[in-house]
Amino acid sequence: MANQNLRENDEPLLIADDLSKSFGKIIACQDVSFKLYPGEILAIVGESGSGKSTLLQILSGQQSSGQGRVSYRMRDGVTRDLSTLGEAERRFLFRTDWGYVRQDPAQGLRMAVSAGANVGERLMAVGWNHYGRIRAAASSWLERVEIDVARIDDTPRTYSGGMRQRLQIARNLVTQPRLVFMDEPTGGLDVSVQARLLDVLRNLVRELHLAVVIVTHDLAVARLLSDRLLVMKGGQVIETGLTDQVLDDPAEHYTQLLVSSILSP
Amino acid sequence: MSVMIDVTNAQKTFTMHLQSGIELPVVRGVNFQVDAGECVVLSGPSGAGKSSILKMIFANYRCGGGRVDIRHQGTLIDIATAEPRQILNVRRSTIGYVSQFLRAVPRVATIDVVAEPLIANGVTRAEANDRAGRALHRLNIAERFWQLPPATFSGGEQQRVNIARGFISDLPILLLDEPTASLDAANRAVVVGLIAETKRKGTAIVAIVHDDEVRRQIADRIIDVTGFTAAA
Repeated sequence: MANQNLRENDEPLLIADDLSKSFGKIIACQDVSFKLYPGEILAIVGESGSGKSTLLQILSGQQSSGQGRVSYRMRDGVTRDLSTLGEAERRFLFRTDWGYVRQDPAQGLRMAVSAGANVGERLMAVGWNHYGRIRAAASSWLERVEIDVARIDDTPRTYSGGMRQRLQIARNLVTQPRLVFMDEPTGGLDVSVQARLLDVLRNLVRELHLAVVIVTHDLAVARLLSDRLLVMKGGQVIETGLTDQVLDDPAEHYTQLLVSSILSP
Repeated sequence: MSVMIDVTNAQKTFTMHLQSGIELPVVRGVNFQVDAGECVVLSGPSGAGKSSILKMIFANYRCGGGRVDIRHQGTLIDIATAEPRQILNVRRSTIGYVSQFLRAVPRVATIDVVAEPLIANGVTRAEANDRAGRALHRLNIAERFWQLPPATFSGGEQQRVNIARGFISDLPILLLDEPTASLDAANRAVVVGLIAETKRKGTAIVAIVHDDEVRRQIADRIIDVTGFTAAA
């Protein structure tokens, strides 16, 4: 068993091979390659328009890449090229093994149904049908993301921005995914609200041994959450490495500019 | 004695792209070894490159050339060229690093800051908290502060939290960057005691200490880094 775990952790979960994509003359990303291992947290940083979000959509199969390949190791241990998956298989991945946390929680949640249903829905999609158990799981997840369980029957419309974002995280994690994509998850939040969200995320990610690809323009978020960094500029990865190494000893001109532009209070 | 750290011809130069690409040589020709159970103190004036050498051993700074071999689970790994995930493994189970300043995460309680390296190594929450409590106690951080985040603590208190965190895991290599700089005499003595115990357990230590008294008490060997300082 230990050996099996070792092997399990020693093989990449997600492989990006030479991804390129352009919209007309605009290059969204070019020759992006990396491997992500189980439990690893990779942050993609760079300014607006550097291609971060497009890359995230390509990695998660929501956009096709013009060139290159994304492969994912499925739960049965077989690594598959995402473009060869059928629609049903892809939907299944999205409902179970993957999470996708959007910057705007209104896009990742169903705003008109209760918080409990938002979390429970993912469970029903994978075959749970016992109402009491679904509700218990939803309650326990609300607690884990620090939402008062008394608010379980309220819709996210009545929630604050920070609560909505934490609810979106609960909704994504309830099926115990192995990989979660996050697109600027702290983007629209106040700083004090951000700190709480980051703390919740940081603990969950470690506890659940999640692999994460997180897109952010906030280097402090990257420092706090990630193991590794990809720095993007004009669609290209210009620097990669351990997060603290890239931030404390940035090699490229643009990375030095990014790091030196951080305002510290 | 087994060699735990073997630095061969390592060098570091910063290229400051924002200052029209000025090259800032820091150290070159860095050569030394550290054995298990030995405490090596790096000495030299400010700016000579002591902290940079420590950071290169921790792979926080990249090497511009040369090797930094680390004995990790029985084999030597060149941390200067290792893959990020290998480096993370080495940090988790081989190298501890007590930086000059604690990097506190908002909202995280002091006891959890200290217990974190143990949890990362699979120790149960209960045992980790118990050991963290003992470490904090020894470093004279009163129990009523343990549930508070260290961000509001004084410099000396933060440093003691940092030290508790650094010493808690009993890792085979420990890097200490001015661990006693802002401590009073009583707490300095605690740290000197911790270092002595850690050495007896076979840990290889590289330290930077400015205090002559502390240096005399802990150093088995002193390496003058001015010999490695690159001419600017």
